[in-house]
Amino acid sequence: MGEFREPLNVIVTGVGGQGNVLASQVLAAAAVEAGYRVSIGETFGASQRGGSVMSHVRISRDRTYGPLIPRGRAHLIVGFEPLETLRILMDYGNPETVVVMNDRPNYPIGCLLGEEKYPDPHLIVEAVNRLAAKNHVLPATELAKEAGNSMAANMVMTGALSGSGLLPFGGDRFTGVIETLFSGEVRDLNMRAFQKGTEAVQAAGTAR
Amino acid sequence: MSIYAVALDQPGRAVVLTGNEAVARGAIEAGVAFAACYPGSPTAEVLPTLAQLGDRFNIYTEFSTNEKVAIEGAAAASFAGLRSLTICKADGFNVALDFATAVCLSGTKGGMVIMVGDDPNAHSSVKEEDSRFLARTANLPVLEPATVAEAKEVTRAAFELSEKIMLPVVVRCTTRICHASGDVKLGPLPPVEKQAALSRDQRYVTSTLFAQFMKGKVKTAAALAEDSPFNYYTGPDNAERIVIACGPSCAYALEAIEILGLGDSVGLLKISTTWPLPENLLLKHLKGAREVVFAEEVDSFLEDGVMTIAAKHWDEVGPVKFYGKNTGHMAGPRGAFVGELDPDTVTSCLSKIFSVPYDPPALPNAREARELVNYSMPSRELALCAGCPHRASFWAIKMAVELDGRNAIVLGDIGCYTLGLMRTGYNILQSVHCMGAGVGIACGLGKLDRFNFRQPVITVVGDSTFFHAVPQALINARYNQSDILCVILDNETTAMTGHQPHPGRGVSASGQPAGKVEIEPLLAGMGIPVTVHDPYDVEGTVGVIHRLLRESGPRALVLRRACALVAVKGRKKDRVYVNQEKCIGDDCGCARFCSRVFACPANIWDSRLGKARIDEAVCNGCGVCASLCPQRAIIVERTV
Repeated sequence: MGEFREPLNVIVTGVGGQGNVLASQVLAAAAVEAGYRVSIGETFGASQRGGSVMSHVRISRDRTYGPLIPRGRAHLIVGFEPLETLRILMDYGNPETVVVMNDRPNYPIGCLLGEEKYPDPHLIVEAVNRLAAKNHVLPATELAKEAGNSMAANMVMTGALSGSGLLPFGGDRFTGVIETLFSGEVRDLNMRAFQKGTEAVQAAGTAR
Repeated sequence: MSIYAVALDQPGRAVVLTGNEAVARGAIEAGVAFAACYPGSPTAEVLPTLAQLGDRFNIYTEFSTNEKVAIEGAAAASFAGLRSLTICKADGFNVALDFATAVCLSGTKGGMVIMVGDDPNAHSSVKEEDSRFLARTANLPVLEPATVAEAKEVTRAAFELSEKIMLPVVVRCTTRICHASGDVKLGPLPPVEKQAALSRDQRYVTSTLFAQFMKGKVKTAAALAEDSPFNYYTGPDNAERIVIACGPSCAYALEAIEILGLGDSVGLLKISTTWPLPENLLLKHLKGAREVVFAEEVDSFLEDGVMTIAAKHWDEVGPVKFYGKNTGHMAGPRGAFVGELDPDTVTSCLSKIFSVPYDPPALPNAREARELVNYSMPSRELALCAGCPHRASFWAIKMAVELDGRNAIVLGDIGCYTLGLMRTGYNILQSVHCMGAGVGIACGLGKLDRFNFRQPVITVVGDSTFFHAVPQALINARYNQSDILCVILDNETTAMTGHQPHPGRGVSASGQPAGKVEIEPLLAGMGIPVTVHDPYDVEGTVGVIHRLLRESGPRALVLRRACALVAVKGRKKDRVYVNQEKCIGDDCGCARFCSRVFACPANIWDSRLGKARIDEAVCNGCGVCASLCPQRAIIVERTV
């Protein structure tokens, strides 16, 4: 279990369509089941496929915080996409911020059209390494494919966050929420993806 | 988060809800019987939530053709003694305002709540508007929740207040309440039995004489506001410096006070009853204060109200300095009247107002990291989805206008097709205002021939917008014989707000079969000739538009093709790929037409091979690019 900061500020970031809103909702529901208060701020609106999206999740022992995390005050950043992870880390991170990130780029349209250049993904990871106190990098999209569907990368990332030991509650809170929210095939897929994320982050060598 | 949590019958249990779900749950706990709306972000999810639970909690729900019809339906239920809810965004409240300014005179019976979503920063709007001014114009009390949990409680309380004073009550939420989530403690659920009754001797009419009763009701609301549990003060006793805030700004202000270490000297007065204001409560705090800061979003509504009270009681209040939007002290980087507040903005504003230094935490190695990625942080701009029929329609309009050669004017309004303003829609739209406005503007332009205005006029509207606001303007075009071409981009849904059904769908809010209104006979009944075409046939569409541009009088073109996101649901997509032999890259002379010009997100450029490619994960299989490729290098494999 992680050391608790009051409030614990977590940012889940990615690209519209990657399922980070659902991931933040699962995180919040797990926290509430564990007895915490939560506030989530979403940036919807521009969340059409392809736009940058982020969710601010604030977990408190006893208080309702505002839905937005002040700049420079994120404790944890869960990045579904390398460029978005770096972007958010620059704005909301501080030297103690810990990052859990997916290594799979999702190219902005300007890059697909050959008009802009997406930085070398290895350099993004390197930049995050230099800025963050700790960076857990994992191939979440690949692990989701192994679990049955690349769309479940959000649950791989949620599993990784849980397995990182940075939260004040355990994985059983998450699996309880996944059990309640989903049924049948989707539940099994999400559960497998969650486990894969947890295992990946706990396996030696994934953490720097 | 889920219908499951909204419906739970476990009083006392904490669950995570969005603000919109919290309002829906509050209405359910209050025993709401009737809910009607036209969907608008940020409040679009409230009605669908209630619609899914309609059978379980005995609630009638409907998507109405527009907000005026919705508020009238809700008032009807209230007249019959039922509790009713209507939901809109600020722009929608404008549409409902005509009725709102009348119903305050006739009064209501069953508790009636108008939930209005304001959108500071215009996350999903074309403007920022403060609906509180409208509520005050209509003499309707305003309650503003500051958190998601409070959204439920305030909604419940609003029904009770409405019944007490026999006026509708406005619950004003902002996007950071509607789309935020938080833990909400569930309350008990009421009985599902509800009875409507409207006797012959009940009358709901307006008269100028009733204004005195109406003002009396507002006075009662002001008296009740003095004891509202949603107004409270936190901070040191008799603070000389106070922040008066409402909505999510309360939390921003509290956090800012803590960050700046001002907890011992600065107090926060949180106000939920922003109109009418609790005069005595405010006076109590104003009397001891020497510096007062306002934190609120969109406009200076609370600020103006409190300053009016201070002016009225100037002899008791004494010298006070006010800081807010009007003085320019509570302002984000783009000014006091643009954008939303956030904890950083409020912290930096308070630090300047109270002369307390503030150094935001920073990353020591940020410069180094930027250098590492060569300062390359490409942004993600908005684009119509892959396969969006609007892209094909906009391209066809662009081509037809160029062929026509008379500089046709192209007007638009509100929906996914507003993106026609941007690069993704070839910057084709020249006007965007409000629902249906393009057609009214077209009517005007179409009558300027006597002033030597000879350019053809095209206006585009979506199908949901058509039912909401367009028939009246088209009747005007027919009556006054205005020279316009109205292009109805019919994607068979209300796509922008999340694919809600509308009268053209023949499906109700709860997914049941409903009456269907067809666009073509409606237009025929108006005497407006109508052509229907599939926008995916781009060449044919260009021809039809080119022909219609040469005709005169009002005429309509329906470009019908289902929204690509709906069309691919549960269906295997057609495979589209680039034949790498046929694509000759930059030698073609097409200037990378598919990826750079037509610019569908599925059409990508392979810099390594110097050829076009299709991102099959993104492609929705429409095949429009294949029909436009000069080398015919894009292949469509239809799935059977």
